[in-house]
Formats: sequence, C-alpha cells, structure tokens
Amino acid sequence: MSDRDTDQREQHDRTEAGADLTLTSITKRFGAFTAVDDLDLVVEQGRFFALLGPSGCGKTTTLRMVAGLEEPTSGRIEIAGRDISRLKPYKRPVNTVFQSYALFPHLDISENVAFGLRRRGVRDVKRQVGEMLELVELGGYGKRRPAQLSGGQQQRVALARALINRPQVLLLDEPLGALDLKLRRQMQIELKRIQTEVGITFVHVTHDQEEAMTMADTIAVMNQGVIEQMGAPHELYDSPATTFVSNFLGQSNLVRAEVVARDGERVVVDAFGSKLVAPTGRARRTEGKVWVGVRPEKVFLARAGSETGDDSNVLGAGTVSDVSFIGVSTQYLVAMPWGQELTVFEQNSGARDGFRVGDQVDLHWSAAHTFLLDADQDAHAGDESYAAMAGASAS
Amino acid sequence: MSIAQAGVTTEGLTGPEPAPPVRRRSKAGYLLLLPGMLWLVVFFLVPTIQLMATSLYDPNGSLETGYTMTGSISNYWTALSTFQAPFLRSLLYAGIATLLALLLAYPLAYAIAFKAGRWKNAMLVLVIAPFFTSFLVRTLAWKSILSDNGFIVSTLKDLHVLPPDGRLLATSVAVITGLTYNFVPFMVLPLYASLEKIDLRLVEASKDLYADGFTSFRKVTLPLSMPGLVAGTLLTFIPAAGDYINAELLGTPQQYMIGNVIDNLFLVQLDYPIAASCSVILMLAIVAMVLVYVRRAGTEELL
Ligand SMILES: Nc1ncnc2c1ncn2[C@@H]1O[C@H](COP(=O)(O)OP(=O)(O)OP(=O)(O)O)[C@@H](O)[C@H]1O
Ligand SMILES: [Mg+2]
Repeated sequence: MSDRDTDQREQHDRTEAGADLTLTSITKRFGAFTAVDDLDLVVEQGRFFALLGPSGCGKTTTLRMVAGLEEPTSGRIEIAGRDISRLKPYKRPVNTVFQSYALFPHLDISENVAFGLRRRGVRDVKRQVGEMLELVELGGYGKRRPAQLSGGQQQRVALARALINRPQVLLLDEPLGALDLKLRRQMQIELKRIQTEVGITFVHVTHDQEEAMTMADTIAVMNQGVIEQMGAPHELYDSPATTFVSNFLGQSNLVRAEVVARDGERVVVDAFGSKLVAPTGRARRTEGKVWVGVRPEKVFLARAGSETGDDSNVLGAGTVSDVSFIGVSTQYLVAMPWGQELTVFEQNSGARDGFRVGDQVDLHWSAAHTFLLDADQDAHAGDESYAAMAGASAS
Repeated sequence: MSIAQAGVTTEGLTGPEPAPPVRRRSKAGYLLLLPGMLWLVVFFLVPTIQLMATSLYDPNGSLETGYTMTGSISNYWTALSTFQAPFLRSLLYAGIATLLALLLAYPLAYAIAFKAGRWKNAMLVLVIAPFFTSFLVRTLAWKSILSDNGFIVSTLKDLHVLPPDGRLLATSVAVITGLTYNFVPFMVLPLYASLEKIDLRLVEASKDLYADGFTSFRKVTLPLSMPGLVAGTLLTFIPAAGDYINAELLGTPQQYMIGNVIDNLFLVQLDYPIAASCSVILMLAIVAMVLVYVRRAGTEELL
C-alpha cells in the first residue's frame, strides 16, 4: 500500500512540473524532400491533443521525432523545459502506441505489457500489469499470445504496454486506423475515458476529422509539413483560418467577394452584387479580395423573394440542382447565377415541405456564422471529395 | 468451441455438400505427400532397418562365410568400449565447430539482413560461392593453408603463439577449423532467413520501451531469430558429428572421429556388424541430443 502511495506521489510531482511538450522550428528532410517544415508546437500538460492531417503530411514523422526514432534535421524538442532532441529513444519520458501495434510475438500479453517496467528494473511488476490489464478490460488475457487476440484487443494491449510506464507524453499514431467503424467509435470513447482517468498528455495522430473533433481538447491541423491552425475543435470549425482547414474539417461554401466597408465589429463585403456581413473576429482578411465562407448546415433555403431576418446574409436567385436525402438531413446543391454550386444541409424536422430540383430559392444565414478567408488561397485545398473528383476526371 | 465442433460434425453428416472441403483438401494433401513418402521409404526406412539388422548380426561372420542373425546386442558393447574415444571426440569437435560457426555466422547473417543494403544479394552469393567447388578440394586447400611452411603457421610462430617446432596441420585445431569452415554456410543461411523476417518496428518498439541497443537485441532480435539459430546449429552439428573427411585430410589417427572409424570398419576391415553398431549408436545419440536441444530452446511455437 505504502508502495502505491509513493507511486502516486511521484506521479503527482511529475504532473505538477508542468510537463509541456514543445517543438521549436522542427524541420525534417529526407534527401531533398521536406517532410516537416519549420514546425512550432506547444502541447500543454495533461491535454488530449490531436494532430490531424491528410495522408503524407508528416504526422508520423513528427511523432517519430518526439519519440526519438527519427532525428530532426534542425530544431528543438523539449519536455518540461528539458531539451530531449538528442536523447536516445530509450532515455525519453515518452512512449508510443504504434500504428501497427508492434506487439512482441514471442512474449505473452503480460510480458508485453511488463516490457518497459522490466527494462527499468521496477519492482512489483505483476501487480501493475494486472491493474493495467484491468484498466483496458483485458484481465484474464495475460497468458495469451498477441496472435490469439482480435484487432481491438491487440490495440488495447499496445495502449496498456505504453501507458503502464506512466510517460510524460503518450504518442498514439493512428491507433484506431485498423479497426472497423463500430469498434473505432467504441475505442474512441474508451481512449478518452482512460486519458481522463490517468491524466497523461496524449498526442493522438489521425486523419479522421470526426475522431479528432470528438476526442481532442486541442487539434492541430497539419498540411504538407506545416501546421495550418491549432485550437479547440469548435474554434477550428467555427472560425477556420485557411481554406484548407475550412474544407478538411467538415465542409464549407466559399464565395468570392471584395471588402467594401468595415467598422470595429463587422466587415461588409460584396459578393456578386449581394452585401454580406461577417464579424471581425472571424475575418482572416479585412481588405481587398476575400473568400466569404459559411458551413452548409448554417444555411437556410427560402422560396425566391421571401422575407428574411434583419441580420441575415442573403444570396439570391439560386436554382436547386440536386437533392439527396440522407435520413436526418437533406443535402441540397444550389446553382448560383455566377455558375458556382453551393451546398445546404437542412434538418428533416418535418416542419415544412422540402424543395425540388428546379425550384428557385434564396440562401440565407446568420451573419454571426460567416467567416472571411484570404482569397489568394485555393478554394478547394483540403477538399477530399473535390480532389477525388478531379483525380477521376483526369484519368 | 463445442458448438463449433458440433456444427462441423452435423454439417459433415447431414450437410447438402457430399464432400466437405476439409476432407477433399486432405486427400489432395496425401497425394502430394506420396512421392516424398515413397522416397523416404526406399532410401531411408529400408536402409535404416537393414542397418539395424546388420548391427545385430553374428560378429564372427564374414563376407565369404555369410552373416547369421543372432541378435548379438554385444556388438554395441564392443563398439562402445573399443571406440569410446572417437565417439567422444566426434561430439566434442562437432560441438566446438558448431559454436565457432555460430559466432562467425551470426554477425555475418545480421549484417547481411540489416546492414548490407543493396549488397545483400551479392553477399548471399558469396556465402554460397564455396559450394561451386567440391567439398574435398576445399578441404585439401586448407591443408596447404595450414601447412608447416605456410603463411599462417610462420606468422603464428613469429608472434610466439606457436612454439618454434609447433604445427597446425595434423592437430585437432586443424580438424575443427576445417569443420567450422565447411559448415558455416549452413549456419548463415537459416540465420539470415530468420533475421530477415524480423519486423524492425518491433526493435523500434523495444527502444521506445527503454531497451538500449544490447537489451533490445537480447530481448527481441535474438529470441525472434531462434528458429534460424536452432536450424543452423542442427544443420552444422549433425553432419559435422558424422564427418570423416576433415579428420582424414587435416588430422592424424589421433584426431580420427567416429566417421573415420565407421569408414575404416566398413571398407577396410569389412567388419559390418560393428560398423553398423557404431552407425546406429551415432544416430541414436544425435537424435537424443537434438530432441533435448529443441525442447530446451523452446522454439516449438516459433517454428
Ligand atoms: N524514411 C523516409 N524516407 C523518405 N521519405 C519519407 C520517409 N519517411 C517518410 N517520408 C515521406 O515523408 C512524408 C510524410 O510521411 P509521414 O509518414 O510522416 O506521413 P503521415 O502524415 O504519417 O501520413 P499517413 O497518414 O499516410 O500515415 C511522406 O511524403 C513520406 O513519403
Ligand atoms: Mg502515418
């Protein structure tokens, strides 16, 4: 018992130290190719931090540099103010849950989980392993071999094997990637529960934006070796900083416009003859050419010419070009006079009849939900369905 | 478990498929086994039985007078007591040669598997290159390498490792060197095959879990290469224990191994019953040792 108290006190001391993970100007080149480009990142102690980005953007490389399995070309990595950039992996207070799990096939589950403790000569391994297996709900599986477990069970062993060492930072490289959707959702909840329970900093790499949003306190969206934006999930969603983030995290309607007026709180733009208003706090650019953005579920459809509220933004004279029923909602595509198609999600509340292809409609939404982005950026950056379509038509 | 088994049984009895796929596959399996089985029966089982029978013939018979089957177990006592020394020498020489071959082959196989990069295939070819010439010629070559006025002996004398009148040829050193040299490739190849299969991410995982380079090798790489290590040591030890060429060419009768004794009994003395007894003893000794060894190495799950 007293053993356990010291354990916990040690644990407590460590957490009190404010063990932030800091990456400063981290660059990694493979030959001429730059996988991670001058990256700065601070992960606060005790956070569930998600590194989100498309395939090949450098997430794994970043994680491997933190773990010490890859050496940065330049830059510094610190934990709790201590520079660990040149430390060997086995000297870092960091453990990893690998994408492939990498469980030792020649050891049983208990010995897999005990591996780190045994290397450090910790006493009382058996009890700790037992407790850890209970935590991941695998009590009684200790004598099995990894090959005798299901994918989800192996995933939990990989988690237990890393977590039992009480690292200052736990790195998770798409640990749920190999699981089917249902198990993935279940494990997301599980992971979140365990993180809250143990209070260790989790850095979770994923390319599933839904996963990042449901689990993380803070998300960093990464693209081509740089971080595009970092913040709480709802911040990123409501106020994206770049076209990439606006498309990669959910969907966005982006319409070309020009700033015509601005005061302290609002920026007024002109989009194809319509005056639209955005809060200054959501404007990444307040002069010249901009993208006016709004999320599809924030937009309402109305019969052409009908009345709308005072603080509404309105884009008129659209024609419904496609209607897809998705159960809880209906997705409309509306062709605008300038040739662009905008997307609208409408809840199937049953309060009114839907629209049909060919109907003339106005789009309106609250000014508060409007954001402005730099018009120099590609409107389709990060839009996976667009990329897929472009790819398909090209081939 | 029981439900699944019951399911299988009822399916086999009442299922609409007359021939369940499992049974069809096993029939094909037996068919494929047939040539190998035949080969084994003709070239292994029959000669072994013949050998065992011969080992029990009346030792007073000869080729001219013919042999009678007297069930003379005493042949074994004669063989063991007369040729105790060559028996022990065989096991000792083969054991030392296997150990040396392992020490040479492991680093080599490791380097080929993990460090050779694009030279991997070239190095593998070099490992088997000696097989392009005959075993006999290669062993004869060692005779001149280790000869009294050869480079190695004179260098060792200069270094005072060997006394002025010392020699290598016709010593147990020469025989063990020859055995080691001849069987190293049989150690390298299975070791390489085992090492090459190891997922390097497991090594990374061990480093992530506080194992330094050496510990990582001891706890991950080495255990995962055990199947190759066991196969390699068996492929070296078994033929080395029965070898007679190396002792014949590089040694003197003082270094003769049981292979030389059997060779002599069969071909010179024409004492078939004792020769056969020696062969059977060697065979049983090796089988017993291999069984114990494989058990101890605990590689059943890995093989
Ligand atoms: N050892 C290496 N040598 C050369 N290029 C590499 C190496 N490792 C990674 N890269 C390149 O660096 C880029 C980033 O790779 P990384 O594995 O970090 O991507 P990722 O974001 O984890 O992608 P995914 O989601 O597909 O796992 C990729 O373009 C990859 O081809
Ligand atoms: Mg990756």
